[in-house]
Amino acid sequence: MIEQTAAELSAALSRGEVSSVELTQAYLDRIGKYNEALNAFITVCEESALAQARQADDRRARGDASPLLGVPLAHKDIFCTEGVLTTCGSKILNNFISPYDATVVERFNGSGAVMLGKTNMDEFAMGSSNETSFFGPVRNPWDRERVPGGSSGGSAAAVAADLCAMATGTDTGGSIRQPAAFCGITGFKPSYGRVSRWGMIAFASSLDQAGPLCKSAEDAALMSNVMAGLDPKDSTSIDLPVPDYTASLGDSLEGLKIGLPRQHFAEGLSAGVEQGIRDALAEFEKLGATIKEIDLPNNHLSVSAYYVVAPAEASANLSRFDGVRYGYRCEDPVDLEDMYKRTRSEGFGEEVKRRILVGTYALSAGYYDAYYRKAQKIRRLIKQDFVEAFSEVDVVIGPTSPHTAFTLGAKSDPVTMYLEDIYTIAVNLAGLPGISIPAGLVGGLPIGMHIVGSDFAEAKVLNVAHQFQQQTDWHRRKPALNGEEA
Amino acid sequence: MEWETVIGLEVHVSLSTRSKLFSGTASEFGAAANTQANIFDLALPGTLPVLNKEALRMAVRFGLAIGAEISKRSVFDRKNYFYPDLPKGYQVTQLDFPTVGKGALSITLGDGSEKVIGVTRAHIEENAGKSLHEEFHGMSGIDLNRAGEPLLEIVSEPEIRSAEEAVAYLKKLHSIVRYLDISDAIMAQGSMRCDVNVSIRPKGETELGTRTEIKNINSFRFVEKAIHSEVLRQQEVIEDGGKITQETRRYDANKDITTAMRSKEVENDYRYFPEPDLLPVEIDDSFIEAIRAELPELPDQKQARFIAEYGLSSYDAGVLTSSREMADFFETVARVGNDAKLAANWVTGDLQALLNKNNWEITQSPIQAERLGTLVARIVDKTVSGKIAKSLFETMLDDPAAVNDIIEREGLKQVTDSGAIEKLVDEVIANSPDQVQQFRDGKEQVLGYLVGQAMKLSQGKANPGQVNQLLRDKLKT
Amino acid sequence: MALDKSEVEKIAQLARLHISAEEAEEVAGRITDILALIDQMQAVDTSQVEALAHPLDVVQRLRADEVTEQDRRDALQELAPASEDGLYLVPRVIE
Repeated sequence: MIEQTAAELSAALSRGEVSSVELTQAYLDRIGKYNEALNAFITVCEESALAQARQADDRRARGDASPLLGVPLAHKDIFCTEGVLTTCGSKILNNFISPYDATVVERFNGSGAVMLGKTNMDEFAMGSSNETSFFGPVRNPWDRERVPGGSSGGSAAAVAADLCAMATGTDTGGSIRQPAAFCGITGFKPSYGRVSRWGMIAFASSLDQAGPLCKSAEDAALMSNVMAGLDPKDSTSIDLPVPDYTASLGDSLEGLKIGLPRQHFAEGLSAGVEQGIRDALAEFEKLGATIKEIDLPNNHLSVSAYYVVAPAEASANLSRFDGVRYGYRCEDPVDLEDMYKRTRSEGFGEEVKRRILVGTYALSAGYYDAYYRKAQKIRRLIKQDFVEAFSEVDVVIGPTSPHTAFTLGAKSDPVTMYLEDIYTIAVNLAGLPGISIPAGLVGGLPIGMHIVGSDFAEAKVLNVAHQFQQQTDWHRRKPALNGEEA
Repeated sequence: MEWETVIGLEVHVSLSTRSKLFSGTASEFGAAANTQANIFDLALPGTLPVLNKEALRMAVRFGLAIGAEISKRSVFDRKNYFYPDLPKGYQVTQLDFPTVGKGALSITLGDGSEKVIGVTRAHIEENAGKSLHEEFHGMSGIDLNRAGEPLLEIVSEPEIRSAEEAVAYLKKLHSIVRYLDISDAIMAQGSMRCDVNVSIRPKGETELGTRTEIKNINSFRFVEKAIHSEVLRQQEVIEDGGKITQETRRYDANKDITTAMRSKEVENDYRYFPEPDLLPVEIDDSFIEAIRAELPELPDQKQARFIAEYGLSSYDAGVLTSSREMADFFETVARVGNDAKLAANWVTGDLQALLNKNNWEITQSPIQAERLGTLVARIVDKTVSGKIAKSLFETMLDDPAAVNDIIEREGLKQVTDSGAIEKLVDEVIANSPDQVQQFRDGKEQVLGYLVGQAMKLSQGKANPGQVNQLLRDKLKT
Repeated sequence: MALDKSEVEKIAQLARLHISAEEAEEVAGRITDILALIDQMQAVDTSQVEALAHPLDVVQRLRADEVTEQDRRDALQELAPASEDGLYLVPRVIE
């Protein structure tokens, strides 16, 4: 049963075919069996999960029919969870027991979902392979020599390996969608401002957005119903009505206009992935959609602009990790300067330090206009590209990543790694909703299809993804984990 | 050589909001260490700021009071630097788009003339915490109660020309923010702090000299002394053929000198950029007009009214409007006493002398405004003489009884009964034959002596006018 | 734009990171590569483009001036590496 979608589990729970305690125990058992090999979880909360499951069963017995009541989930370790270790994948928070819950966590707790634990991630969400984690890399369930993608690699691997029914993630430049693609699951980044960032440890404030990693677009809709909405504690959370995202999943795609960006089907895209995506597109035509090529002329600048904006914001966001009020402090500092420098140099990993330096440089005297302001102007151009595209089409579709999951250690050069997110980054710069859904297998590895909507068109994106999943079963494909039991 | 001093002031006032600038933590003075430091104030990971509306209103209120341009759109920025009392590693402030733009205020100089000092801008920012330097096994203790408290930083144009003008400007600012009820502005408690930029140049020169900044001076008197001392230092340096280094200095009140702060920590690359956790702040005309409509009468307006309405001198009106509490006190005395000029004389005279002697504020006056007003009223209705009133005032200091009761009990009433006065006069005439003769011989001045004798006999209680009149009448016959 | 070792040391100081002399060379090289990637955007003329600080075209919400937080000092100071008498302790601060 653990391989089922959250929607299916919810139905089984409501029919009384299984209890939340049974389900929770089944996932905990499976975590016990496979987590050592996959390294998807940093923390497993066995006791509190079972306690939550019992409460969920009680609530259900009293007639509560909340959709996610009793469904086990995992939170990316970037979300603060009261009383539970919250590391952000970093040594500097290796001892940080959060004294408060993120809004996302609070909302899932309210919905009755059961938190199984906290998932591994690239340190401070800085990475595309989950190799920068202080807690070691996560392995891709489809091939353990390969990366699961990042930065929400632990959540993606956990969902793909059925270590949980669903998981949360965050996406700053592709950190939900790319690991979802590599692990063959559904990963959804809502529009910037849709989901509260309160309690979500900041990487780049103007880009970070939380979203679901799960087994279907329908599950993504159910999770979005819980996650989305105004939070007075986050000034950047938007005050817009939140529709029931499941309500429009069944809408017909007849007359839907799909745009294919020429720039996403160009040099750099592997032949296998391109073929997979083009085959998948044929399904949409069968559903009555029309497809046309469009231009996103500034897309190639998105990685450049991103690697100014994100490190600049991060360089300031990570200044609070100074060893004074919480977190790691170096041993026996000789003076204040020594405490700052050793705490931060010992507490942060290489990639995090590199990005702090890049961001510091980009903001430093004499370079602000050439870098930060310039990048913000490019950001405007990228946003305008999408505004123009959406005047012609309803959604933009392409590959999530240029290729399937690569092997561990294959991309040791930062710049090569940065280019991993060439198709996803522009969506963060523009603040748009985007989803990655499984669209085929190449060489036994999943490929992801990327569907992007206009501002706050979450419902449309989920509808398009769901309709595809009604016609195909790529999202049902599972990696074979047998024979490698821990 | 004759030198001209050029001074610009950066004044921080803490806004007296209930909660902090970006969090719902209480913002009160004097709480136990770190009891007003919650998850946002401690910069716990994942916490986010939301702007306190009252802080914005207070900034606009100040801007309107000094006739400043109010920005319809202001933007918060991060100013990055590491310091243990700065939890986030950056201070949120307003760099390019402050809420309050150019304005001005006028100060009164020693010779009574007015001078207008330009205000460049006033921006909203967060306060930092406090490092305590007493011994903790060789470590410093950090108290973050103040961290995140709202501040308004008011920056003047370099139009101040002397220490005295600087103090007048500060006192005026102090008075305005207190009239507006946006800050306690108590320098000793740090709710008003001042950084002074000082440079000198030869008289007649238009280029500015190199300036130094004296940080964190915490009293009006020290501002004055620090400027005097720094100006002298700069003159000596230049006259000895040296050059002024642009640097941050500290005023040592014990030695009355300024000293350079350690330059290692003075790194000026703050890497400002727009705070991405906050959005641009936009306000509209109705927001501004609602605040304007609630503006109280300000010191300058009150002074003008006191001159016009009560016929006070400009000087007295200035003294009486120096604080809102003083102005309110005076107006109560004037109303109850029914004579504004007499009320002004008492408040700026005997009462002020008493306050000065004891270093009291008007709010600490041992005699309440109503009681002083009653005293004035008794002078006006001739119940007591002006002279008796002085001793009545002394009695009132220690005696909380009602003023009228004291007059009654102590028998301080002026004697106006003509029969009683006639007796006194007769007695004086009988006892002073020589003086009576002198008067009758045409020596008019002697009358004063005789009146004095009569007053003495009455223990000061006889109405001197009546005594005077009756003596004349009797001596002429 | 190429970064040299001394610039790396300067920004490392601003960021309070310790970069050893041996590391500085490699870090400078890596960052130089990243700057080359970033500098691709310099080819575009953006003189007529307005900067976009934020994807949302909305304005700041204002919070009522209310005290909503309670004192949790003791619980919060359990997170601190060093504290005493309610204060956070750090190596001596010299002004």
